[in-house]
Amino acid sequence: MAKMNMLQAINNALDLAMAKNDGVVCFGEDVGHFGGVFRATSKLQEKYGKARCFNTPLTEQGIAGFANGMAAQGMTPVAEIQFADYIFPAFDQIVNETAKFRYRSGNEFNVGGLVFRTPYGGGIAGGHYHSQSPEAYFAHTPGLKIVVPRNPHQAKGLLLASINCPDPVIFFEPKKLYRASVGEVPEEYYELPIGQAEVMKTGTQVTVLAWGAQMEIVEKAVEMAEAIGISCELIDLRSILPWDVDTVAASVQKTGRLVINHEAPLTGGFAGEIAATIQQRCFLHLESPILRVCGLDTPYPLALEKEYVADHLKTFEAIKASVNF
Amino acid sequence: MTNPNNATISTVHHAEFTSGHALQIPTLRILQDDGTLYEGATAPELDKATALKMYQTMTFIRVLDERMLGAQRQGRISFYMQCLGEEAATVGSAAALDDADMIMAQYREQGALRYRGFTLEQFMNQLFSNEKDLGKGRQMPVHYGSNAIHYMTISSPLGTQIPQAAGYAYAQKLRGLANVTICYFGEGAASEGDFHAGLNMAAVHKAPVLFFCRNNGYAISTPANEQFKGDGIACRGVGYGMKTIRVDGADILAVYQATKMAREYALANNEPVLLESIAYRLGAHSSSDDPSGYRSKEEEELWRKNDPVARFRLFLLQKGWLDDDADKAAIEQLRQDILEALKVAEKVAKPGIEHLISDVYAEPIPELERQLAELKEHIRKYPDAYPITSGRM
Repeated sequence: MAKMNMLQAINNALDLAMAKNDGVVCFGEDVGHFGGVFRATSKLQEKYGKARCFNTPLTEQGIAGFANGMAAQGMTPVAEIQFADYIFPAFDQIVNETAKFRYRSGNEFNVGGLVFRTPYGGGIAGGHYHSQSPEAYFAHTPGLKIVVPRNPHQAKGLLLASINCPDPVIFFEPKKLYRASVGEVPEEYYELPIGQAEVMKTGTQVTVLAWGAQMEIVEKAVEMAEAIGISCELIDLRSILPWDVDTVAASVQKTGRLVINHEAPLTGGFAGEIAATIQQRCFLHLESPILRVCGLDTPYPLALEKEYVADHLKTFEAIKASVNF
Repeated sequence: MTNPNNATISTVHHAEFTSGHALQIPTLRILQDDGTLYEGATAPELDKATALKMYQTMTFIRVLDERMLGAQRQGRISFYMQCLGEEAATVGSAAALDDADMIMAQYREQGALRYRGFTLEQFMNQLFSNEKDLGKGRQMPVHYGSNAIHYMTISSPLGTQIPQAAGYAYAQKLRGLANVTICYFGEGAASEGDFHAGLNMAAVHKAPVLFFCRNNGYAISTPANEQFKGDGIACRGVGYGMKTIRVDGADILAVYQATKMAREYALANNEPVLLESIAYRLGAHSSSDDPSGYRSKEEEELWRKNDPVARFRLFLLQKGWLDDDADKAAIEQLRQDILEALKVAEKVAKPGIEHLISDVYAEPIPELERQLAELKEHIRKYPDAYPITSGRM
């Protein structure tokens, strides 16, 4: 075990993946010698050479298209999109190409192993072009897998699993936690399962569900709720696509209540999908309406970021409202 | 002095524009309409067997196109796209490649596909989206693909294959393979962002790609003069710092020679090359299009005289490599073979219901298994409404 922040854990995962498989190639804007604007690819070019870790021109659609081609040839590209806010020029390549490569060819070709790493989310005074959480757009696309880690240990294990996955993965990294989240991380290679949620704390009265950077926020809310005698079950969804319906449904069948928290705006957010599925699966067990604590339906603000975010206090209020319905 | 701008600075002391048409790229022409060579031109080295394979591929495609457009008009298939007028561009370029080079086409390159060895049955199975289709009946007609012969499955969105070709070729280079990737697209698709992204990525990362632009004058109904203002597409290759060549796309000898040269250069130098083929889309864009709404019969007739198949045929006859009667008989036989294959393929069953969810992922995710089970239950309830699958579950 070693103490690492999330960037170090990601860098360590990339290092191990590149050492293990010479088909793994890392690239993106400023990813080469500079090591990425957040330093996630630090020292990888020195260690593995310019052919396997390099800068690209400023073209997200080019990066995504290039990654699709490399993966189709059988290599394992790990492409960085510098901010999730800038993934949209690559939307066509990801949604129409990456996601459909295996299906449309009848399995003649595939882009398994391809990973798009991209920092997402707010809390860094980044305004609306450095703070977005675009996971719901991609969750509507069959063929993709979507993973969001909450801490360094999770980031390393889930990233290694993503690189080793036979399907393409979008790996959203909570940039707010890049340096803020520090924890014990095994130094050796390990994988954590994609598509499985983790029950972080068991409880009896209400299930509280989130992912990524919101986990520490909802943990705080759960602590406040527990302090006033509300027993909470806390779940980290970890994968948005496919998402672990069984674990969430089993929890809600026990607690009868569900509060979902995400950073992205409310309308069309992934919490809506979860709520619809869970009300169907758990209808007769529900004691109160499923509540969503999300960003407002506005672009991500700057000066009023604190007011906008789905913070611990809003989540605490939702937990109380759910239990006291 | 360092050069952080990566630009040549030759200084002038009075302001002067460089014209947007300062760079005019010549067009390589070898074979004339009458089957003889242009004065001063030399035919590329081409043995009789290869030349005949090229010719037979062209006639195969022409007969197939004619028959399958007819099948679409009869309502037997839903959609079709002809290669008419561009047979030399697609066959001549494919003939200049190694069989293990990757082909990433747009959709009108059945000539290249056939040259690689895609069988008549494979064409038919795809066109009828039956259970023998390699693509499992998932894409509209003409979206062919085959891993075995290195022909990437066609994707409808225009130009998406361009940056992919850069990545594919980069991977070939990293693997140490002595192969290139050829990437076909039209002059219309060259307006897509992916064109610029792909050419720039390939140039910067030194990927051995042959970007083959089929400038056929039209993007559906939009003529090239409403598509771009520069001198064709070729001048853009120079802008991206890559070797570039323009050829008469109805002249199979010119296309073959240019592609051969481009391949050798790309492989030896790990660099992309841009080729621009100038030909004319003699047919409609697709079976859903009617060109009489946007171009004149006179214009079409003018270009029909440039027929790439007739031109090459004359060349082969004059060389004594082709027998007129035998050729006519072979084409008649081909018509019959195609009709037979069509009748067989249209009777083959559609893919089974399990292929509704297969290949979305390497293994179906639980939610897909659940949705399929639910669907099967529904089909069992209303079997008459779902005749393709209800009898086979």
